[in-house]
Amino acid sequence: MHPHEAVLKVEHVSKSFGLVQALIDGCVELFPGEAHALLGENGAGKSTLVKILAGIYDVDAGEIILNGVPVEITSPLAARAAGIAVIYQEPTLFPDLSVAENIFMGRQPLSAGRRIDKAEMIRRTKSVFERLGVDISATRKARGLSVADQQIVEIAKAISFDSKIIIMDEPTAALTEVEVARLFEVVKTLRSEGSAIMFISHRLEEVFAMCQRVTIMRDGNFVRTSTIEEISLDEIIFSMVGRDIVSVYSRHNSELGDLILDVKGLTRAGVFKDINFQVHSGEIVALAGLVGAGRTEVARGIFGIDPIDAGEITFKGKKLKSGSPLAAMSAGIGFVPEDRRQQGLVMDMAIDRNVALASIHDLTRLGLIKGGSEKSLATRWASQLQVKFGRFSNPVKTLSGGNQQKVVLAKWLARTPSLLIIDEPTRGIDIGTKSEVHKLLSELVSKGIGILMISSEMPEVLGVADRILVIHEGRLSAEFSRAEATEALIMRAATGQESVVA
Amino acid sequence: MSNLKTLLSGRSRTLVRWEFGLVLLLIATLIFGANESKYFLGWQTFFFAGLNFGEIAIMALPMTLIIITGEIDLSVASMLGLSASLLGYLFIHGWNIWLAMGICLIVGILGGALNGALITILGLPSIAVTIGTLTLYRGIALIVLGSNTAQGFPVSFTKLSLPIAHTHLAWDFAIFIVLALVFGVILHSTALGRSIFAIGLQPETAFFSGIRVKRIKFSLYVVSGLISAFAGLLYTFQQSSSASDTGLGLELNVVAIALFGGISIFGGRGTIIGVVLAVCVFGSLQASLTAINVSAQAQNIVTGCLLLVSVLLPNLTQSFSGTKRKLQRRKVVGTQ
Repeated sequence: MHPHEAVLKVEHVSKSFGLVQALIDGCVELFPGEAHALLGENGAGKSTLVKILAGIYDVDAGEIILNGVPVEITSPLAARAAGIAVIYQEPTLFPDLSVAENIFMGRQPLSAGRRIDKAEMIRRTKSVFERLGVDISATRKARGLSVADQQIVEIAKAISFDSKIIIMDEPTAALTEVEVARLFEVVKTLRSEGSAIMFISHRLEEVFAMCQRVTIMRDGNFVRTSTIEEISLDEIIFSMVGRDIVSVYSRHNSELGDLILDVKGLTRAGVFKDINFQVHSGEIVALAGLVGAGRTEVARGIFGIDPIDAGEITFKGKKLKSGSPLAAMSAGIGFVPEDRRQQGLVMDMAIDRNVALASIHDLTRLGLIKGGSEKSLATRWASQLQVKFGRFSNPVKTLSGGNQQKVVLAKWLARTPSLLIIDEPTRGIDIGTKSEVHKLLSELVSKGIGILMISSEMPEVLGVADRILVIHEGRLSAEFSRAEATEALIMRAATGQESVVA
Repeated sequence: MSNLKTLLSGRSRTLVRWEFGLVLLLIATLIFGANESKYFLGWQTFFFAGLNFGEIAIMALPMTLIIITGEIDLSVASMLGLSASLLGYLFIHGWNIWLAMGICLIVGILGGALNGALITILGLPSIAVTIGTLTLYRGIALIVLGSNTAQGFPVSFTKLSLPIAHTHLAWDFAIFIVLALVFGVILHSTALGRSIFAIGLQPETAFFSGIRVKRIKFSLYVVSGLISAFAGLLYTFQQSSSASDTGLGLELNVVAIALFGGISIFGGRGTIIGVVLAVCVFGSLQASLTAINVSAQAQNIVTGCLLLVSVLLPNLTQSFSGTKRKLQRRKVVGTQ
């Protein structure tokens, strides 16, 4: 069905980080003129594969074949030279340079005397935008462009490099419907010009609307490739998950206890506004919404990571001092952050010391850490959460993603909090550990802890939460009970098509 | 060999290896020195080695903590000079010596607080800030004492240059050992010590774990200022004189000792025992080079090379294993 040769062939590529095998057997084939979806759950190895193609990671084994020739992509520069361009979910433009300058950074057209030919640069930028059929000023600064426009600028940059392979990593995650439609048009143009597009998305409807073929990965392995006509939505989901999705979530029924967290009028200028909600002990409240809607920021505001501009947080009847993580911790709040590597763990520190890090002051006598106290604390929690590890003195980075997440959980549970804020509880961890974490959450609420969970995974939100709050562009746009929530309702509230706040 | 590996595969294998290397090096320099001169292992060597390195070694202790948090303080030697000059000035102008010393220590605290405030409150890079205060504090020292040399300090103080009574131990070396114990306990057995490592390795995680990152960094700069001012007093009494250029350029020796002791310039790694060993190696090396009549200038070359090795070695082993991995991979690809 494909008359021409594959422009890119990835064959049995593997990559591990320490003991974590991020990619075991990555295979994908791209043909010119196609939009190809790369699908898989979080942690399936998609991002690792993308980063290998972008020249950020090197491979442990396997081959990358470009136009029939085996290549090694050793750096982002090499990737660019090979004609591969990657458009990330959050583009990284120079905010203070103009759109044209961003596109031609490092290879500006020169006029006589080796001076930068600004007019030529702007002319070429305009012609690229014309080709793509978009209307963005070439001379405006990149600062203030919407995420969608920034992506278009990145795409324009890729085209001006003559990249024939364009990889888009969850490009639509933060886009409105109109912007998604425009992106689709741009992709269509690129395809007609013979480019190959690899598209990573969690939104399967978009995949069906835009792509000709799909490749599905699971737990670092290639599962199958198929044309879009030959595969159904259910088959895709089954291939991604590898089992019936309904059985993943188990849920104890717990009794709703006292009010513990009461947030009133919480506002941080330009980030979120007038957020009101409550969390009781014994319930899991989910904050849903699109990436960038301000969910994480609300959580950071409550825990005191960021200052808040207005509003009040009452915790167990007492007003909580804002802007101080220490105050939030001593009041009884724990915070499992989104970014495990940068915010949750000290990757080069030993496992036991990571577990003890947030409770270290309780482990001292006369100012000195009691001998072996960190280890015994870690032993207790590691066995409770079934952390798999070599020895406690090994750095935590040697653990797999799922076990790392357990260490973060242990670190906070060791403080016996009354409220646990947990941001993306199962991001990037394998499916087995995932259901363990979900089980743990429901055990915790049955013991009377309140949980505020942020999740971008719809099945997780629907399967785990008792109540679902939806945030759209920094405002609370809807609240659903477990019984009334559906994926469609949440998505509509998250994209701002419907406001259902009582 | 494999036994040794499993034995060392603990918390800090690279560090243990590093310190093991320092011990070997120390023994080597001692044997070398003893071979060259029969007086080498006598008490004079021990005493003078201590005397030459005391202030540098003392200032290396707070420096170690600061480098572990991922920052640096290059103003230490200027603070030493400022403290020495101020002591000289006040003493010449008839102040009570105890009062003058107290004022010098307060100036040290204030100078450290200025560094700390600029770095933590304004969020400026520590290397730039402390290069600025390096010049600033030395400049103030020059204004305070001009081109004068202050002399005539009471004998009860200048006798600090002699060994401690009934021992062969230099005062500054003894003070260093006591302070090293204190700093060692703080760094390795207290919540503050754990926090310092966490800050150096992953500052965001530290903040998310309730560690008051800015307050800790600020305090470390205050301690560094205080200790440097104290080292200035000690230096003055041992030399029996002070001038505005007292201790000029010593900050580099202080950083050198810390790095040679296995403290990572990137933060998050190191031990106090490593720094103590580095002090001993440097002292014994200098003594043995002196024993074979190597000039002070030529000794600098040796110390410089040692320092380069200490920074290069950990990085070289890393990139070496990286290259090895790459080569192995090529071989696998090639045989297919």
